[in-house]
Amino acid sequence: MSKYEAVIGLEVHVELKTETKLFCGCSTEFGKEPNTQVCPVCLGLPGATGILNKKAVELAVKAGLALNCEIGTYTWFDRKNYYYPDLPKGFQISQVFRPIAYNGYLDLDLNGRIKRVNIARAHLEEDPGKLAHAGGSITTAYCSYVDYNRSGIPLIEIVSEPQISSGEEAKAYLEKLKAILEYAGVSDVKMEQGSLRCDANVSVRPVGTTTLGTKTEIKNMNSFRAVQRAIDYEVERQIEVLMDGGMVVQETRAWDEDLGVTVTMRSKENPDYRCFLEHELAPIELTPEWIEEIRATIPELPDARRKRLVEEHGLPAYDAGVITSSLALAEFFDATLKEYPDAKTVSNWIMGELLRLLNARNLELSEAKITPGGLASLLKLIDKGTISNKMGKEVFEVMFVEGKDPDQIVKEKGLFQISDEGQLSQIIAEVIAKNPKSVADFKAGKEKAIGFLVGQVMKATRGQANPGMVNAILREKLAE
Amino acid sequence: MDLHTISVRRLGELLARKEVGSEELTRSYLERISQVEDKTKAFITVTEEEALAQARAVDEQRVRGEELSPLAGIPMAIADNICTEGVRTTCASKMLENFIPPYDAAVVERMKKAGSALVGKCNMDEFGMGISTENSCFFSTTNPLDPEAVPGGSNGGAAAAVAAGEAAFALGSDTEGSLRQPAASCGVVGFKPTYGRVSRYGLISCASSLDQIGPLTRDVTDLALVLNTICGRDERDSTSAAVDVPDFKKYLVNDVKGLKIGLPVEYFGAGLAPLVADKLREAARKLEEMGALCEEVSMPHTDYALPAHYIISSAEASSNLARYDGVRYGLREDAEDVLGMFKRTRGRGFGAEVKKRIMIGTYALSTGNYNEYYVKALKVRTLIKQDFARAFERFDCLLTPASPATAYKKGELKDDPLAGYQSHIFTAPANLAGLPAMSLPIGLVDGLPVGLQLIARHFDEGTLLRAGYALEQSLEQTGRNRA
Repeated sequence: MSKYEAVIGLEVHVELKTETKLFCGCSTEFGKEPNTQVCPVCLGLPGATGILNKKAVELAVKAGLALNCEIGTYTWFDRKNYYYPDLPKGFQISQVFRPIAYNGYLDLDLNGRIKRVNIARAHLEEDPGKLAHAGGSITTAYCSYVDYNRSGIPLIEIVSEPQISSGEEAKAYLEKLKAILEYAGVSDVKMEQGSLRCDANVSVRPVGTTTLGTKTEIKNMNSFRAVQRAIDYEVERQIEVLMDGGMVVQETRAWDEDLGVTVTMRSKENPDYRCFLEHELAPIELTPEWIEEIRATIPELPDARRKRLVEEHGLPAYDAGVITSSLALAEFFDATLKEYPDAKTVSNWIMGELLRLLNARNLELSEAKITPGGLASLLKLIDKGTISNKMGKEVFEVMFVEGKDPDQIVKEKGLFQISDEGQLSQIIAEVIAKNPKSVADFKAGKEKAIGFLVGQVMKATRGQANPGMVNAILREKLAE
Repeated sequence: MDLHTISVRRLGELLARKEVGSEELTRSYLERISQVEDKTKAFITVTEEEALAQARAVDEQRVRGEELSPLAGIPMAIADNICTEGVRTTCASKMLENFIPPYDAAVVERMKKAGSALVGKCNMDEFGMGISTENSCFFSTTNPLDPEAVPGGSNGGAAAAVAAGEAAFALGSDTEGSLRQPAASCGVVGFKPTYGRVSRYGLISCASSLDQIGPLTRDVTDLALVLNTICGRDERDSTSAAVDVPDFKKYLVNDVKGLKIGLPVEYFGAGLAPLVADKLREAARKLEEMGALCEEVSMPHTDYALPAHYIISSAEASSNLARYDGVRYGLREDAEDVLGMFKRTRGRGFGAEVKKRIMIGTYALSTGNYNEYYVKALKVRTLIKQDFARAFERFDCLLTPASPATAYKKGELKDDPLAGYQSHIFTAPANLAGLPAMSLPIGLVDGLPVGLQLIARHFDEGTLLRAGYALEQSLEQTGRNRA
């Protein structure tokens, strides 16, 4: 075991799902022509003053409550001063001194072991614009472009306490955080669209000590998997540096996905943001009544839903965990269950076929064509013996891609199961007659030989024979 | 009749009686500008076309018999740090020399709706930082009353324009006395409303917690008319107050009986020119004769107001001016990389005083200095507010000098910046406390105007108008308030 342990804290920026920006009426829609969703306020034009988006405050409070935070009834905005071309005012409006939510937590399920990670704070702030460089970085590019469509989109920055111990835990934290925020309806939480972004503060220290080691901040991680890999790499790197008698340098490092390493981005000599009160905005005052109104709008969250699936439907904890990891999956499960009330079977198909196909094709559930009603119909066809389980999987894939009704697919493909005892008896009799050697082998005690005979029956029926019945009838006849 | 010296109210009467048309009136002001502007240099941009178009529109409205604002068709000037759509707005800085705002400030919208004709954008100290308008990056403005004197600052251009008859009234902003001190220097009325009374939307920020837009007028009656137009809640400015706006004309009554007026002893100390002090005491006696009760009061933290003000305003300005980086608008000086561009743009775009304030503000907000300077200044600000609160338990308003002396000579304070900062020593406290304050011309010393300042409770502009109007009436009778 290593002499060192990792101490990791995550800073997660989440875009709130509002129609308009934090301090102006510009649209927040993703993927529009650059600089078409801008106005004097979000461009930081001289003299333009903004006003706070009430919906953003509601969503921030909702996120805070969903993360078990206390809510500040009197908070305000501060300015974080620094120069960067994507920052139109030369300062970012954020909550430095009083976050709107603080002292929360979330529970991770690490293979059955529950670990609580505390959340120090979740504060409201504005997103800067987005830079695109014509070649390399801002310092090496021939020129750089700025898109201010993103400027002023409301964010919450969720800061964990440094209580995460590995890349795997970090990934579990992010998955849980994403699920909670998705359930609460506060964000799209799509890392690929930038509506969820994560930086990691990583340090290591000798096991048994309590002083924190020098930390590095890791950026540029574009998936949860990348976060896990980057942290694991960085922890190893820091341990090696220390084992070699060196010192970890406090700096910002970038994750290089292709090379699988972290590299120095900029040395961080305690940047001085000179934070002070944003006088151009009124403070945020929340009445306890309003906070309670917002609390009442929070739907069932992942932990509660998971518990319900275990207790009400008897699902194994693992299944319940997988199904509730995303709201869409959980909704799909519940909807299927309404029409086909065998929870374990539904769970098996979701965790097996559905997730397999989604992962293989790298799709969101919303992009798949299969519906809960369709899956329920399919399962009923299997129960009736119209098709076999194996055929079911084939039909499922067609439903997944084309969204057709399973009955229709079965008809079109001629995919029905032969379960007629008379018809099967006749085919089996023919197979027995044609394969005396295998019959003899079986009768001589070679159990394996029956597999060959079943195969011959399936071949003769082009795979449509009910395999259970074939087996039973064959044994009956061979025993004669 | 000289259209360039009479009040907005009287101009309005002439227009209403159709003795003069708006276009004619505006042309006469534009002509006046072309006559005196060589000497005065009050304007950075003269907006002849816009002014005439607005005036003609008002004339047509009048022909149609539409109901018009008392300010309709009246020529006005606006300081060059208030955004005007399509008209360049420079803050008297190289940085914004060619900046044309795509939108109107809230007050400009209101003035346009009222039908006032914008004749031009006025010179000022760069970004409002200065006391003489000598910090404009373009040129200095001359005091219309004395070719050797400055008009005060930062809104020297706007005050000079009104005093020289180039505009019937003007709008500017006041962060530390930038309306009241030049008003005193030029012999016009300068007014800083309560913080939150007038929308700051479209006012290019210098120090956000102190800046407030206000009028410069020829008399107190005009002041009431302009306040009636510009005051009131604006949803686009979070600091704009949801407080009812009275009809300010109702305070124009020649009656101060029983009005309790405090004279803060700290404002009448060593820094005040003795002849100016005499004038102020004379005015106080006048008010007493009319039935007001004048009494001395102590405001013990006054000495600390100016240093606290400069720390706070510089700190806020250092942040507000960070957006001028050459990326989106205004001056851009190319360089090898982006940091070089920032540095060169800001190095060449800002004048010396602005750079000094940015450095002071950055220093005051830096880790290690923050508590020592910025936080301490905030504490002083609280003490100043408490001084005022205590005084207002006993008094309806306070009477003080608007400036330690009459207008300075050009270049007089060039080598003594601290003495220059002292020029706002009597006006800055009201900004720290967010209180309404007025500077009123009360007579001459050695041929130059003296300004009296009145300060009242939050949102009690009415008391200032009442006291100011009465004093003005009594001085009018003795003919002593005119240059």
